[in-house]
Amino acid sequence: MEPIGFAEIFARAAGLMAPVWLALAAVLLPSFLLRQRLGLYGKLFESGLGIVGLFLVLFWIFTALFAEAIAPYDAVEGVVSGMKQAVPGTPLPEREGEYYLFGGDNLARDVFSRLIVGSQTVLAIAPAATLFAFMVGITLGLPAGYFGGRYDTVLSFFANLVLAFPVILLFYLLVTPGIRETPIPIVMAAVLFVFPIVFFVVLFYSRYATRPQVLAVQLAIVLLVGGWLYAGLAFNADPFGIIRMDPNMLIIFVSVVFVNAPTVFRIVRGLAMDIKTRDYVAAAQTRGERPWYIMLWEILPNARGPLIVDLCLRIGYTTILLGTLGFFGLGVSPESPDWGLSINDGRRLWRSVEHIALPPALALMSLVLGLNLLADALREQSLKD
Amino acid sequence: MLIFILKRLGVMLLTMFALTAIVFFLTNLEPNLIKLAKSDGNMRMTDEQTEQWLVNNGYRRPFLVRYGEWIGGVATGDFGHSVRYKKPVGELVAERLGATGILMFWVMLVMVPAALLVGVLAGMREGSRTDRSLSTFSIATTATPEYVSGIILTVLLASLLKDFSAEMHANYPWWSEGWHLNGSAASASGRAGPTIENFTLPVLTMALYGMGYIARMTRASMTEVMTAQYIRTARLKGVRFRTVVLRHALRNALIAPFTVIMLQFPWLLTGVVIVERMFNYKGFGDALVESAETNDIQLLLACSLVSVAVVLLTQLISDIGYAVLNPRIRVR
Repeated sequence: MEPIGFAEIFARAAGLMAPVWLALAAVLLPSFLLRQRLGLYGKLFESGLGIVGLFLVLFWIFTALFAEAIAPYDAVEGVVSGMKQAVPGTPLPEREGEYYLFGGDNLARDVFSRLIVGSQTVLAIAPAATLFAFMVGITLGLPAGYFGGRYDTVLSFFANLVLAFPVILLFYLLVTPGIRETPIPIVMAAVLFVFPIVFFVVLFYSRYATRPQVLAVQLAIVLLVGGWLYAGLAFNADPFGIIRMDPNMLIIFVSVVFVNAPTVFRIVRGLAMDIKTRDYVAAAQTRGERPWYIMLWEILPNARGPLIVDLCLRIGYTTILLGTLGFFGLGVSPESPDWGLSINDGRRLWRSVEHIALPPALALMSLVLGLNLLADALREQSLKD
Repeated sequence: MLIFILKRLGVMLLTMFALTAIVFFLTNLEPNLIKLAKSDGNMRMTDEQTEQWLVNNGYRRPFLVRYGEWIGGVATGDFGHSVRYKKPVGELVAERLGATGILMFWVMLVMVPAALLVGVLAGMREGSRTDRSLSTFSIATTATPEYVSGIILTVLLASLLKDFSAEMHANYPWWSEGWHLNGSAASASGRAGPTIENFTLPVLTMALYGMGYIARMTRASMTEVMTAQYIRTARLKGVRFRTVVLRHALRNALIAPFTVIMLQFPWLLTGVVIVERMFNYKGFGDALVESAETNDIQLLLACSLVSVAVVLLTQLISDIGYAVLNPRIRVR
């Protein structure tokens, strides 16, 4: 049988992705109609690039969510003999009407399925790691900017220390198989994962300290949920066995948080230094509010604009970092459908077969582009206010 | 000013010591040492023999002693011996840095003027059609890391161009048959040296990713300058728009990008590593990866030292340069 043409390949791929289109329509249409009432999110629909960015980001989020339903073949073990490096649109032998839409990779697996399933890793780790980095950066950066002084000098020195470390070198030193035999990953995870819990405890305590009933409920929830996640993620000791993290994954996650946190720290510190001179902060100080209340409930909400923009950009940057890690084969298992790893696999043969490296490369680019466009549109809209 | 520079130098040295100590610690972790012992001694050594080998070769002495020894060696120009390349590390690193220097020279030569041009063109009329399309272009390039643009460019300029050239040759005999860019820069580090065929792709790949960021900074700084009072005065005096941009705005608008360009160097290091691995160019980045992968501790230490020094030096230069270029900001 002849391979099918490009028009049919894309038509079939679009057909397979039907759940994604439906979900996109279900989210974008109502949002577009109600855009007047949706605040900053609604304003995104006023600029063309904002819509494109939102579309790309949502597209990949839904693809990752429905990946199991979309991917026609097994991404890791779906080896079909005779399909090694098959060109896009090659029909499967002995199966009527089934094709490797984007061709076969070097081990005769379906490139399309690997692309779809690979989106899951990126979209699970990148936003989560970025959020953790933000928690660390905010918890340390607010007091550094607000109090200044020696605390600021010491923390800034350490932040600059990490920033002066070339990222790629840090990854080569941290994400090696040997390091898992040492306690370093666990220690780093134990330290970094404490920050979100500290953040939420201080957040609620500073506001509701005078209302013990409310506070008790909130703290109980934070400590229970936080402690449960903490035990599961950092020590792999979840009593229910639901939350766990592969040691490989853990070290990647921790390294990415570690690399991103100092930059967030610097941004938050700068914002805090700027905002603490405002009148409403002076008013709160005159009222006799505690420093942590001022930092978390007066300064932080007013710094949200730049922080949301940076969050978008940083998720994109983290996606690029994860791709770099995969590209060098660091920390990911050699069979996983990770995009960076697939790019590296395809790269060795790209002069003869282009189709193995190209789809994951374009996928990664479109996701990051979407995030950057979104960040740009958000920045423009928040400047208009 | 002198005190400012001295103070920065002091902090820099402190940072340097802290970072090299961390690198030294991480490269001398237990698993790495055991691997080293087994590869250098005998693969089938028992645990006691391995331990004995480590003691004999001085790896069991206190951390600070060994770190001090290494620092002492570095201070006298002795970087140790590379296990992988069977060569003194200093010589190897110098050679590789030279190769990377050539690559960086071309990257800068392409990237900086192009980025400044894009930034100034976009920023001189904020919100115009030129501005919007150029800004979108810069966003797109920052969203395309080297390992993505490298693939796309290779497919376009190496594989497809080859087919295209063959077709062109059939119709026009003067078109050289099969002319295309080389998807590998291996020959550039050899005797052939850099040529258009083997160097365009790596240079273009690296320049493209860094360009967007500089262009965006230039644009931001340019739009800010264009709203300044003195620009309006010049315009109202009847000075031509082109003269205003070239004479009045440009100089002030380029102060901020200068810092960004300097701070770009350490960021380019990751790019250097990716591009050199991707296009098989034997430079510094390649040595770094090679040493990390083959557990060549001395070489890895030297590479780390160089990269950390580059980062810190560029930070220093950008701070000083910023203070010199912008007389309004004198850091105390």
